[in-house]
Amino acid sequence: MSSHFQNSLIALAMVAALSGCEREKRQDPHYPIPKTVPTISPDTIFPGNGKLPPLDPRAAAFERNAAAIAEGQRLYNWMNCAGCHFHGGGGMGVALMDGKWRYGGRIDQIAASIMEGRPNGMPSWKNKLTDKQVWQLAAYVRSLSGQVPKDAVGARADELSNTPPQTQTKREPTPSADSAQQ
Amino acid sequence: MRRGAVLACALALSGCEGVQNALGGQGAESANFIWLFTLFMAVCTVMYVIIGTGLAVAVWRRRRQALVVDDRRHHETSGKVGPALALWTILIVVGLTALTIASFFTDRSNAAVARDPRIKLTVTANQWWWDVKYTTADASKTVHTANEIHLPVGEAAEVTLKSNDVIHSFWIPNLAGKQDLIPGRTTDAQLLPRKTGLYRGQCAEFCGVDHALMALDITVESKADFQRWYASQLQPAAAPASPEQRTGFAYFTSRECAGCHNISGTPASGQVAPDLSHFASRRSIAAGTLPMNDANLHKWIGDPQGVKPGSHMPTIAMSDADSRALTAYLGSLR
Repeated sequence: MSSHFQNSLIALAMVAALSGCEREKRQDPHYPIPKTVPTISPDTIFPGNGKLPPLDPRAAAFERNAAAIAEGQRLYNWMNCAGCHFHGGGGMGVALMDGKWRYGGRIDQIAASIMEGRPNGMPSWKNKLTDKQVWQLAAYVRSLSGQVPKDAVGARADELSNTPPQTQTKREPTPSADSAQQ
Repeated sequence: MRRGAVLACALALSGCEGVQNALGGQGAESANFIWLFTLFMAVCTVMYVIIGTGLAVAVWRRRRQALVVDDRRHHETSGKVGPALALWTILIVVGLTALTIASFFTDRSNAAVARDPRIKLTVTANQWWWDVKYTTADASKTVHTANEIHLPVGEAAEVTLKSNDVIHSFWIPNLAGKQDLIPGRTTDAQLLPRKTGLYRGQCAEFCGVDHALMALDITVESKADFQRWYASQLQPAAAPASPEQRTGFAYFTSRECAGCHNISGTPASGQVAPDLSHFASRRSIAAGTLPMNDANLHKWIGDPQGVKPGSHMPTIAMSDADSRALTAYLGSLR
């Protein structure tokens, strides 16, 4: 084996190892998040030719982060989201594991729905949860429809479940909010 | 040699002291079991000595003569073997019957410990802490606390046991136990403490990564002390007094803390973590993980995952000033 080949192998392994960092990144306890973070815009519906604004920069810290998704799953159970949405299948509330999103399926749109509440029963969680917790919840809700890479989601649900684990969830498309047929 | 024997005795005895001791016997059920244990030990010791002696004699005794298959003399000993076997059978029958009767009556006696309970409480196990609710017919007299049980001495208590996640087991070695807490089912335990004191309960069924750090502080006190404690628990939480405590209060009620924890009389009304209304009056932090004091409290708030790894309390990034203010506020919740 030539030393050149060896070096490139090592470099490849190092790059592969680095890609795991995003998945496992924790918030640094030495850098507290400020008390007031800008609130999420409730404007997530863009009828006609309206264009979605660029993705919220905070999304990157939560979207494919295993710790955030796991914490979101805890909050999902603790805050009784399952009371209406069940574990994604829907009941009194809408299903979360399909590809239909009335108010948009992008993580910042989901966070806005949780934060602001929605008509017909979805309560607002503003002042009940912190922004960070809402983002964690949104990251988990997003994972229910298979939007999150398999390496970041949990292989086993926290609750009793008769659905396949999230690592085997079918990836649902996320049409933009206005094209949802509901 | 003699020093070694003294040391061995001291080591053996050290198990008999303390707050978590199955041979303490401070509760009715525990005392009953110790009596039964002693009886079993005595009977089994006697049988052990008899059999051991018989074996030793058989091994060391010199055979009187060489074995002859049929020497036509076996009738000389058969007269002795018959009565010896009969005696042996009687001994075993009497011994086993005595043990059966003794365990039956111990069991009956334990079932009757709390036939007319004065105190009723519900203990719900969670990973990895205990939720404790004293229930009364008058809902306004319901006390909600966590990781501690106060009991008046000499009064029977009926404990309803539930679990929110996995199977746990309720065990207070000095008083009673064990009894499993099973998700989706209700089980129960009876407590009748006979001596005042501070005891320690412990989850006795492996329930996950922090199983060993899932303890329960038991305080058995006089009836007057118990009534005083109960009255203080019925009060709403103390209002923050100093500016620092007010900062801590503002942080607690506006941040992650309030989503999970409840403090009576404040906007913090979470229901999935221990009730903190009278947190500082407890003996320990995080289900017996740390003794209650300001230094430990500060350590716990700042880094729950360092103190009790795997615990469901997340590490919340906060400034040192905030964590000191929180410590001051929580430390004032007596």
